[in-house]
Amino acid sequence: MSSNASTQVVSTGRGARFVIYTILLIFCLYYLLPLYVMVVNSLKPLREIQAGGMMNLPDAWTLEPWKSAWSTAQIGVQATGLKPYFMNSIQMVVPAVAISTVLGALNGYVLTKWQFRGHKIIFGLLLFACFIPFQIVLIPMARILGIMGIAGSVPGLIFVHLVYGIGFSTLYFRNYYAQFPDELVRAAQIDGAGFFTIFRRIMLPSSGPIAVVCVIWQFTNIWNDFLFGASFSDFNSQPMTVALNNLVQSSTGVKEYNVHFAGAIMAALPTLLVYIVAGRYFVRGLMAGSVKG
Amino acid sequence: MASSAARRGSAGDFLRDALPKIVLSPSLAMVLIFVYGFIAFTVYLSFTDSRILPSYDLVGWKNYINLFRLRAWTIAVKNVVIFGGLYITFCCFIGLMLAIFLDQKIRAEGFIRSIYLYPMALSFIVTGTAWKWFLDPGIGLEAVLHSWGWTSFQFNWIKSNQMAIYTIVIAAVWQTSGFVMAMFLAGLRGIDNEVLKAAQIDGASNFSLYRRIVIPQLRPAFMSAIVVLAHMAIKSYDLVIALTGGGPGRATELPATFMYSYTFTRNQMGIGAASAVIMLMSIAAIMVPYLWSELREKQQ
Repeated sequence: MSSNASTQVVSTGRGARFVIYTILLIFCLYYLLPLYVMVVNSLKPLREIQAGGMMNLPDAWTLEPWKSAWSTAQIGVQATGLKPYFMNSIQMVVPAVAISTVLGALNGYVLTKWQFRGHKIIFGLLLFACFIPFQIVLIPMARILGIMGIAGSVPGLIFVHLVYGIGFSTLYFRNYYAQFPDELVRAAQIDGAGFFTIFRRIMLPSSGPIAVVCVIWQFTNIWNDFLFGASFSDFNSQPMTVALNNLVQSSTGVKEYNVHFAGAIMAALPTLLVYIVAGRYFVRGLMAGSVKG
Repeated sequence: MASSAARRGSAGDFLRDALPKIVLSPSLAMVLIFVYGFIAFTVYLSFTDSRILPSYDLVGWKNYINLFRLRAWTIAVKNVVIFGGLYITFCCFIGLMLAIFLDQKIRAEGFIRSIYLYPMALSFIVTGTAWKWFLDPGIGLEAVLHSWGWTSFQFNWIKSNQMAIYTIVIAAVWQTSGFVMAMFLAGLRGIDNEVLKAAQIDGASNFSLYRRIVIPQLRPAFMSAIVVLAHMAIKSYDLVIALTGGGPGRATELPATFMYSYTFTRNQMGIGAASAVIMLMSIAAIMVPYLWSELREKQQ
């Protein structure tokens, strides 16, 4: 991370720099293009889109597609708009994130500061569990949710996301607490502090940064999930991603592209907002999620 | 009195020793049951004649033999190889190029970086929806270029049996290449400048500096990127569903979409389970050695 200007070794000539800037800008356009297309077309009346000119700014700006996507668009059998599904997603994501983060913090604390025989095996099991293809658990999970009586419900989805979110949240806290000095914990133990006192007084106060990373990671993963939502929800419990897909794929009637675009932005807004507000932590979460150990 | 106090003390000791294990046990139980137990259950199902509902009658390797005889599965495997290969190659190439360019003391680097990275925050369903319309010849890129006067321009890959799988690559690369860029950029920032200076004094050009010294040192970043991308490629489901729904025909069938349709819509649970087992095996073949080496390095 030595970004010392004076020791920058590779120097580039003027021509080369021009080429570099051009390529970087072209890629900026490439990454922004779909977002631009979505935003612009969500603000147009349908006939403008049908007349072509997807790249053009609207002639007649309108918020109708947004209103329609939110509260009147036909999704499945009812014309409810995306609003109830947005609420489903919120109801699903908040408890799942909160519980998995708390459990992850406690687990990470145990796995680093209260190690016992076999803690490495447990860590290995948790680590591998993060990377299974979820297709391998779909069939038994569908059965178990049925047996537990929470199939096709928001609590069922919370449960599923909780189960498969614990692995990652534990890893985050475990890796973070591993760097935390053992001496502090030992000193507190000698002073007679117990398991939970040490956690509350010593570990928690310095856990802010990793908690943010963990919450962002879990939030984006669970909000963006489609496979579990499509497999384990019914019409009343579908999350936003599944509802958006239904809206877009519905084959009846005229394709209301502008409404679809508005819906897509709605589904993207929460995670986009997180990225804009806490981008630094978002990236840290991605990196920690990819290069583990 | 004294002995009861001692006994109470030892009970307290026992509780104190057991507390961490008690705290960990619900999570451990969940993972053992819902991950490893479920894996065992699905593996078992893959050897049974389950159709709509799980059945417990074993039929040996029949499902696996049938699976590999199915044309849909052959297509899915071929597609995941094409998709995965191109996806990894393009993401690494674009990611490395952008990282090297961004590392040249670029003005507004932070801003450009965040533009490259934002697609990663979006759901594949959103990404698929956006690209679906963008690639649609009726209203998307083709229509736009026609309206700008380039009427001979043709871009209808998404409607074509042969080319549709490449549109999945386009959208997936758009989504992930910025993230790969960030991984390479982190790797570049960790390289020691002294070695580069020495080489430059010896008269190495910028190009050979990168080819001979910088890129070889990015090996760990390459490893991580390839493992993560391969793992994502095998799991890919949402993007295909949103972008093409597996079509046209079966042109964009992947193992993940195959598993879902055979299990839940075609009532061939045994074959679906077998395909899930194959997916798990392929991911394990990539992840286990990687995680193993990562953990061992940490211990040294």
